Amino acid sequence: MAKARGNGKDVVIEVRDVVVGFGDHVVLDHVDLDVYRGEILGFVGGSGAGKTVLMRTIIGLLPRREGTICVFGVDLTRASDAERHAIEQRWGVLFQQGALFSSLTVRENLQFPIREFLDVSPRLLDELAVAKLEMVGLDTSVLEKFPAELSGGMTKRVALARALALDPEIVFLDEPTSGLDPIGAGDFDELIATLQRTLGLTVFMVTHDLDSLHTVCDRIAVLADHKVIAAGTMDTMLASEHPWLKSYFRGKRSRASGATRAQT
Amino acid sequence: MSETLLEGTAEGGRLRLAAAGAWIAKNARSLEAQIDVATGQRGTINEVSIDMAGVERLDTFGAWLLERLVRAFSARGCATEVAGLKPDYRSLVEEVHAVTPEPAAKRGPSQITYALASIGQSVATVGTSFAAFVNLLGALTVALGRVAMQPRRFRFTSLVHQLDNVGWRGLPIILLITFLVGCIIAQQGIFHFGKFGADIYVVDMVGILVLRELGVLIVCIMVAGRSGSAYTAELGSMKMREEIDALQTMGFDPVEVLLLPRVVALIIGVPILTFFGSMAALYGGGLVCWLYGGIEPHVFIERLKEAISLDHFKVGIIKAPFMALIIGVVACVEGLAVKGSAESLGLQTTASVVESIFLVIVLDGFFAIFFASIGM
Repeated sequence: MAKARGNGKDVVIEVRDVVVGFGDHVVLDHVDLDVYRGEILGFVGGSGAGKTVLMRTIIGLLPRREGTICVFGVDLTRASDAERHAIEQRWGVLFQQGALFSSLTVRENLQFPIREFLDVSPRLLDELAVAKLEMVGLDTSVLEKFPAELSGGMTKRVALARALALDPEIVFLDEPTSGLDPIGAGDFDELIATLQRTLGLTVFMVTHDLDSLHTVCDRIAVLADHKVIAAGTMDTMLASEHPWLKSYFRGKRSRASGATRAQT
Repeated sequence: MSETLLEGTAEGGRLRLAAAGAWIAKNARSLEAQIDVATGQRGTINEVSIDMAGVERLDTFGAWLLERLVRAFSARGCATEVAGLKPDYRSLVEEVHAVTPEPAAKRGPSQITYALASIGQSVATVGTSFAAFVNLLGALTVALGRVAMQPRRFRFTSLVHQLDNVGWRGLPIILLITFLVGCIIAQQGIFHFGKFGADIYVVDMVGILVLRELGVLIVCIMVAGRSGSAYTAELGSMKMREEIDALQTMGFDPVEVLLLPRVVALIIGVPILTFFGSMAALYGGGLVCWLYGGIEPHVFIERLKEAISLDHFKVGIIKAPFMALIIGVVACVEGLAVKGSAESLGLQTTASVVESIFLVIVLDGFFAIFFASIGM
């Protein structure tokens, strides 16, 4: 079904027949998924279903047993190291716990990828650290802090700023709103949507947050029974009769968000 | 590389800047230079218009540099306008426009002030770590007292586990090292004493040195490196993952649950290891005396009986539990001092090993004076 929707759209991530497992346990069993340029894809599934596993497989942190993964039309399974590095600079990753370098300050964390990969003057480097930080809604008072001194929400924002440091075309977000209060989570969703519009990003978002799915995601892909069982808009999800989708999108927890959505 | 990204034409007081090409991160260096040229223009300019229509691509880097350009002219009191911006990029430019300029970077302190400050800081650190040491020693005593009142509270399983780690698993390497040290001392003794024909006194030297000093010192240094560092790293990572806080909120005393069994395991384990280590060293010494110095084993044992008394053995063994206490307390203090970062864990682990070895040797010095004055 993903293929049918792909007509005329630019596919930036193409996952085909990917199998990933640990020992005897197969987590992903011949998974297919397309992500189109400029969309925000919400990737959902039960806890432990393997959402993060697929994300980590795409970004090359986990080995796959079978299948191909193409990003920007380059088959990462056959790409040379140089090609891989070129692609890696075109994506940014926000890890679930932020994964900020604990021995570097916020400023150094933000500047690290820029300093490594680009030829930029020290003055611009400093100004950019401030600009990126303000874009994610933080002020300069956190610049000299260490990650251990930040709150959960601040860590997420700094980590997002670092993921965006190189102005990537794709951003992978692993549960960006988990651990944030509803207001903070709403702000974060809005931030992602704004940044997506302003920077023209493609966003691959692993999430559990139904509000995020409603408010910011253009399309939703669902992982269940080791496969992507559905991909499409929120309306498609709500209309589906698949039992897992029904309980996920039309269960108790989703009613409130469904109601607010009906009002607006 | 030096593609023209910004071109200026001045008409009287009016400056027209035409932007072109890709204003992206890759071109940041040359773009910055061209912007510096544009803003550095002399003469009276009171109106600036920037035409962005020719820009094919724009990212945050380019948007920021545009903003810097606008701000530079605004600061000079020029009326600045940006035209022809593609609608896609407008929100990005607005976003960057909202960034408040960073206050001028604070000037760092001068070299001398910095040097003085770091000396002061290290002195203060010595003070605070001494206070922490005494504090923990007190906490351990209190916990021990509480456990003595209610022996069932003592974590016996934990103690056995720690004893296994500290003692049993450490035994092979400690036996090997003390054995080798015994061999080396004996060899050196035979070599040099032989020049005076005093070979047989090697036995006295090996016996006294090993039992009084070397056995316990080598064991303590090994234990500090092996178990002290492990304690610090364990406690430090537990601290980082808030496990210690969790224990506390459940109503457990971390000192009683985590620290006491570890320190007690060391206090029990180190004397035992010292005994075995000393025996291994004597064995190594005897072996070298026989094979290298031609002193028959029965002669060695005979001479050893005459040379050493029980006092020598006691001196070594009495020191062991005190040294173990120092190693244990230092390891725990440093473990609990770990802060959030991975770097701090490494730092405290190093500090734990260095400090405990240093303190063990200092304590050994005090013991030497003490035993000499009571004639042991």
